[in-house]
Amino acid sequence: MKQLLILSGKGGTGKTTMASAFIKLADAKVYADCDVDAPNLHLITGWNAEPEKTDYYGLPKAEINPQLCTQCDQCRQNCRFDAISIDEKYKVDPFACEGCGVCTYVCPVGAVTMVSAVAGELMLYSDEEKLFSTAQLKMGSGTSGRLVTEVKKQMKPAAVDAELAIIDGSPGIGCPVIASLSGVDMVLIVAEPSISGISDMERIITTAAKFGTKTAVCINKYDTNMENTTKIEEFCKKQGLPFIGKIPFDLGAVKAINNGQTIVDIDCRSGRAVKEAYHKTMKLLFEEGGG
Amino acid sequence: MPDFMGGPAIKMRIAILSGKGGTGKTLVSVNLAAVAKKSAYIDCDVEEPNGHLFFKPEDVQEEEIFVKIPKVNHELCNGCRKCVDFCKFNALAYINNKLIVFDEVCHSCGGCILVCPEKALTEKEKVIGKVQKGISGEVRIYTGILNTGEATGIPIIKKLLEKDPEVNERALIDCPPGSACIVMESIKDADYCILVAEPTLFGVHNLNMVYELVKLFNRPFGAVLNKCLEEENPAEKFCLEKKIKILGRIPFDNELGRLNSNAEITVNKNEKYRLLFSALLDTVTKEVRHETTTNP
Amino acid sequence: MKIAIPVDEKTLESNVCPSFGRTPNFLIYDTETKESVFIDNSAAASTGGAGIKAAQTIVDNKANALLTPRCGQNAADVIKAADIKMFKTTFASVKDNIAAFIDGKLPLLDEIHAGFHGRAGN
Repeated sequence: MKQLLILSGKGGTGKTTMASAFIKLADAKVYADCDVDAPNLHLITGWNAEPEKTDYYGLPKAEINPQLCTQCDQCRQNCRFDAISIDEKYKVDPFACEGCGVCTYVCPVGAVTMVSAVAGELMLYSDEEKLFSTAQLKMGSGTSGRLVTEVKKQMKPAAVDAELAIIDGSPGIGCPVIASLSGVDMVLIVAEPSISGISDMERIITTAAKFGTKTAVCINKYDTNMENTTKIEEFCKKQGLPFIGKIPFDLGAVKAINNGQTIVDIDCRSGRAVKEAYHKTMKLLFEEGGG
Repeated sequence: MPDFMGGPAIKMRIAILSGKGGTGKTLVSVNLAAVAKKSAYIDCDVEEPNGHLFFKPEDVQEEEIFVKIPKVNHELCNGCRKCVDFCKFNALAYINNKLIVFDEVCHSCGGCILVCPEKALTEKEKVIGKVQKGISGEVRIYTGILNTGEATGIPIIKKLLEKDPEVNERALIDCPPGSACIVMESIKDADYCILVAEPTLFGVHNLNMVYELVKLFNRPFGAVLNKCLEEENPAEKFCLEKKIKILGRIPFDNELGRLNSNAEITVNKNEKYRLLFSALLDTVTKEVRHETTTNP
Repeated sequence: MKIAIPVDEKTLESNVCPSFGRTPNFLIYDTETKESVFIDNSAAASTGGAGIKAAQTIVDNKANALLTPRCGQNAADVIKAADIKMFKTTFASVKDNIAAFIDGKLPLLDEIHAGFHGRAGN
């Protein structure tokens, strides 16, 4: 089994658009969306059935029992996150609480306990043929590498038998990205021809290189800034990174997505370019000595 | 449309947010600050602050931001491991009769210092990033920068949003993407929130996330539709359904895209967009005034 | 000599787990007595710093060597501080890696990645 991870550095470069097209072209049996902050892949992969849902628990947060509380103020004074306030009673702001447990420790009467809090939801879509693993973090829960690990774990039993698994990664370069990188055979970076896009791309390439993962680059909306497109192509050449294609900006793509379709479901310029990029990617992924 | 610049000093904090990166949050914040002339642009996207690339501020002054982390006195440590067991973040390890602290994992809760029976732990300051203040024309530029690998940028945001006595003008707050706690911190004291949305099905999904957030925090808000095409706009439909005030529409335009991708401030280069963003600023200003008179 | 390996399941037939910090279990294998002990990795459920806690477990179980496909910077710091040698697993199955280790055919793990730490938790 080979795992292909699609990453972008910055959000909004067309990562999910690419991933959904690749899933369609490969008729992938196993895929996942690791962008747990703002998952989008489920919107265009055509699952009608309800997914199987599992609660995801983050770090437990503090709760104060007003019956036991003697209002000694110790918890409020010792909280470094300004999470405890007095509004007649002592209260914990669950969004500010980082779950450190200091308040539980300092409370002389045991009025503060740590209570597990649901931080998100894992979702698993499956039928006889296909499996799709995704998750949604709850508002204010912050990014989490562990939830990404859980998304990949959900996908794993099916992925063992499948030839190919496609993973839509998280944006940025932080912890969730590193969690999505673990165990993949190849990374495809979707870059955008803008100054900030280039700096984000360079950072993500450095991260992938640390893992020793095979990395290729493509540019989305390349014709929106030819100068920067040339810069990215030259950068890849210099770094010896395989460059697998340029996808034009295309109104057809917007239309397809808004109809809940992938860009290869309709005949459009961007769809044709993605097909070419797909074949090159597969060649790289499955070539000898890969992985 | 009348301009409010002639009126009394306008003091308002406007936060600009979106569910995901790449929707045009920085485009809107930068250009609103630029047309507001006397204003402050505050970049709270501390992981990827990009606003300064547009403003290229001068007279930049830096201030380092510290958090407190534990320091071990190995003479006093008796290896009881109470601190290791207490730390919910696993920032401490006890190896070969020696306590090791992992600075980057530490959340600075101070718990280990409290639990240590030998008083072997004290606190020291550690730099996690910095705040830069500079000026570009009449716009004051505040940039928060989080060092890579650090656990949280919230202390930096707190510093950025401290009421600066010098700021007597409109402040535009460029928030981090998403709806995590760092975004909550950024909009806490905002008088108004602008939600930037893309005209796609993805855009609607992401808009819904920040919509839920501003509702939860009870902030007045409106939406700006970016990258508008002639096509049907799912984000617009969403706004109409939820009765979200549409403050303005920015067309999809190659010229705008080119200027922005080259880190140019569009309103300084293009008259059409100067008018568009001035009108948007007026609309927002009116909205805020309306809010403050109806909900003072 | 005792070796520690992150394993998916509590059996010698199991595969090596690709994540050191978040592996569900560790195998502690004694090369002299051929005894296998499986222990739970309590760090697997941590929102942050899992590698550090997992490494502490390895140290506390007195392993002399760690066989793992990869390892984060923080965990590596703990392992090194305890003078435990790290080797890179080259096979999927636990058995094959143990055999290769005994034959001295496993390379030392020298590539340490930046780790999962950082934006965890909040």
